[in-house]
Amino acid sequence: VIESPVLERVLSEALRHGGEFAEVFAEDRSTASALLDDGRVEELSSGRERGAGIRVVAGETTGFAHTADLSESGLLRAAEAASAVARNGGRGTKTVEVPALSTGSGAGADGQGGSGLAALGSKGDTLALLTRADEAARATGDGISQVLAGCGGSRRRVLIANSEGLLAHDEQARTRFSVSCVATGDTGLQTGFETAARTLGFELFDEVSVEELARLAASRALSKLSARPAPSGELPVVLAGGSGGILFHEACGHGLEADHIVKDASVYTGMVGQQVASPLVTLVDDGTVGSEWGTFGVDDEGRPAQRNVLIDQGILTDYLWDYLRARKEGRVSSGNGRRQTYQHLPMVRMTNTFLLPGEEDPDEIVAQTPRGVYVAKLGGGQVNTTTGDFVFGTTEAYLIEGGRITEPLRDANLIGNGPEILKRIDAVATDFSMTPGTCGKDGQSVPVGCGQATMRLTGVTIGGTAE
Amino acid sequence: VSTALDPPVAAGATRTGDGDDRERLVDLAERVAGWARTGEDVEVYVAHGDETEIRAYAGEVESLTSATSAGIGIRVVVDHRLGFAWAGSLDESVLGETLDEARDNARFATQDEHVRLAVPDGVAAVPVDLWDDSLSQVPTTRKVELALALEAQARSADPRIRQVDHADYGDGSVEVALVSTTGIRSSSRKTSGFISVGVIAGEGDASQTGAGFSVRRGFDGLDADKATDDAVNRAVRLLGATKGPSGRHTVVFDRRAATTLLSVVSSALSGEAVAKGRSFFAGRIGEQVGGATLTLVDDPTDSRAYGAAAYDAEGLACRRNVLIDAGVLRAFLYDTVSGSRSGVSSTGSAVRGGFSGTPGPGCRALTLAPGPEGFDEEEVLAAVGEGLFVQSMTGVHSGVNPISGDFSVGAEGLMIRGGKLAEPVREITVASTLQRMLQSLVAVGADVEWLPGIAAGQTIAVGDMQVSGI
Repeated sequence: VIESPVLERVLSEALRHGGEFAEVFAEDRSTASALLDDGRVEELSSGRERGAGIRVVAGETTGFAHTADLSESGLLRAAEAASAVARNGGRGTKTVEVPALSTGSGAGADGQGGSGLAALGSKGDTLALLTRADEAARATGDGISQVLAGCGGSRRRVLIANSEGLLAHDEQARTRFSVSCVATGDTGLQTGFETAARTLGFELFDEVSVEELARLAASRALSKLSARPAPSGELPVVLAGGSGGILFHEACGHGLEADHIVKDASVYTGMVGQQVASPLVTLVDDGTVGSEWGTFGVDDEGRPAQRNVLIDQGILTDYLWDYLRARKEGRVSSGNGRRQTYQHLPMVRMTNTFLLPGEEDPDEIVAQTPRGVYVAKLGGGQVNTTTGDFVFGTTEAYLIEGGRITEPLRDANLIGNGPEILKRIDAVATDFSMTPGTCGKDGQSVPVGCGQATMRLTGVTIGGTAE
Repeated sequence: VSTALDPPVAAGATRTGDGDDRERLVDLAERVAGWARTGEDVEVYVAHGDETEIRAYAGEVESLTSATSAGIGIRVVVDHRLGFAWAGSLDESVLGETLDEARDNARFATQDEHVRLAVPDGVAAVPVDLWDDSLSQVPTTRKVELALALEAQARSADPRIRQVDHADYGDGSVEVALVSTTGIRSSSRKTSGFISVGVIAGEGDASQTGAGFSVRRGFDGLDADKATDDAVNRAVRLLGATKGPSGRHTVVFDRRAATTLLSVVSSALSGEAVAKGRSFFAGRIGEQVGGATLTLVDDPTDSRAYGAAAYDAEGLACRRNVLIDAGVLRAFLYDTVSGSRSGVSSTGSAVRGGFSGTPGPGCRALTLAPGPEGFDEEEVLAAVGEGLFVQSMTGVHSGVNPISGDFSVGAEGLMIRGGKLAEPVREITVASTLQRMLQSLVAVGADVEWLPGIAAGQTIAVGDMQVSGI
């Protein structure tokens, strides 16, 4: 904990050479992980990191420095480094007042913090979960030749104070469990992966069955042993609920981040108020949803998480904002300023991004698709926000023939263009679910959620090897 | 707003200016390793780094970061059980705590006869000079000027450039010490400097992007002209791109795309992946996995390589390893544990992701034996005649599986007609399997360029790939 008078002195030092805005972001993060691989507990790892990042904004320029030294002298040195960039600004000193710490606006629980191991449950309990997952995966079928089960937890306490008088703190506990399997058969090796991740502590396992995760991962690998090459060319695609949300994350989410918009580096620049998607599309980014993977109390600029409607029945309603981009436009941040650690500058990021469910029966959507591809699980994606071209990769997919799901397909990427694909959504079902992911941008990774209900795209290019 | 910052004042208590910090780090590591108890083996990895990052935008410095970081990673082996812990600090108060944590973690690991720390193997390290003092001697003002000049140059390079998405200068230095109770004592240091620029070119409603960069050990030689030309050329030549037709083609991967391809193949050459049945190469030593043109070597002792190193992440000497020789699979890369598991010695190939990671086997400096002298991109295109030229790929993480070998990526580039680059194409995919691609490698360029990452860039051509478009 850094006392308010110290924060005031550090912020004053940061603005001593001029500048309009200064901020201290302090973080104390513990992580722990355990891996069971090849039938052995190979590695238990724990780590601890704490420090502060200080930024000073002067005109168009941001100066940033970070330090692992949380003493007052360490913070003052970092503040001086950050302010050096504004040295010729010559606006004189500015007195900074920070409210007492007890008025903090953090929504997170009061933390015990503690050593790395508080980040997981007891080591023994964690290993028991890994063993159960390993056994369940291997019991799924004789073809399972390798299993890796991993459990990781982190606890992150953050404190944000800025020269506008904001003081906020939050505690974020996150736990992730994953199983990845290899199946061996006459056709070679195939893989299956499944993960559960929430903004929760060890209580995650009150909600999640590790055996169920293991069986899903194992079945995925086994079914692909008899998979045929994915088709090549354009076909209708039905995306099962959950991981299909990656499509929205890539096809438009990134393109709606204000840092791309203000640089005119997004296909969605200047399109607020216009029809950008099928009327079936209402897209929301919401950092407050339950214990989803992208949920938090306050963002990494001290702004409470909030629900933002981005596309309303096909009409683009708003972009995602952080402090800096919002200030430029004379508005407030939408609670989307995030950073990987105190060593990084915040930027505009998504939280939990999802399509609201529709009214159709998921089975009916498949039944009304004469020929196409059914994607049960996506693994990830990537987008160029300027052109809107994006890809997303399948890890479990099937052919649809005569309105029925038939043969399994080998993994492939699908490719499309955001604004075009959003108009090709012609059916959305009721079976909504969310999937956790890790989003990378400009070298920083943050946890995000994405979600949607089963839906159909009238045509997407599938990058398989079959002619 | 001014951008004067001279000299930079770095944050953090451990900054030691421009001096050599390795001795201090070795002493610290030795002291911690000395706390080992009877029956314990302890390995201490200590790292200290400084970095500067400058981003220019619209004639101003958008951001400037100046930072120091330091940390420690400790592995403890007791009774063939391994525990690991790390801390992002070298404060006296965290050292003992971190060792205790690693010790406690070891209690819970499975006993495994192969788990052990590296012991010196008598192989002498090849000295590689990876340190350039110019980075700490050049004042920050000059680094700022370079970033601003890069941005201005890119903005005015061509009337079709609508925007400079990013223009960055960055540099860093890292010093590392590794000491263990099993006799390992090594230290190393390296610097790197880079500039990177991304542009948006436009014509009518269409926009395309291109990026270029230049990387050196120091400040001198960072080439803004090359970075800009590359970025502008890549964006401009894609203007007017349409979704191409589906079909089977010979695909030429430019040097950057080829680096990515080799990096993916490298995960299948990890001795750990092989030992655990996670590689399509498992059990195939001695087999013909490619044509006679395919010779693949990992050589971190080549100081030109971006990933060059004298010592691996367990403190053994790095060495040259021939992995595939004239199409025949010859060897895998091992660290101490995966080697023991496979009944062989470490190949000096341990890598780790800084102080917070544990070592595992991996490549540092892969190259394909180059084609005949002067065989560059232009010559490869002429030799191929008809096909697709790929200048960038997307979705490598979601569409390439180094275990099954399935390969499917998004691509943009230009068609090759009559041995020359023709019309641009976008929103297409290129697919095959890694196994088939190695067998179908039809040309390897001699245009070796050491790009950031673990593999060299050289133009390559792969036959019979499925291209999906309309």
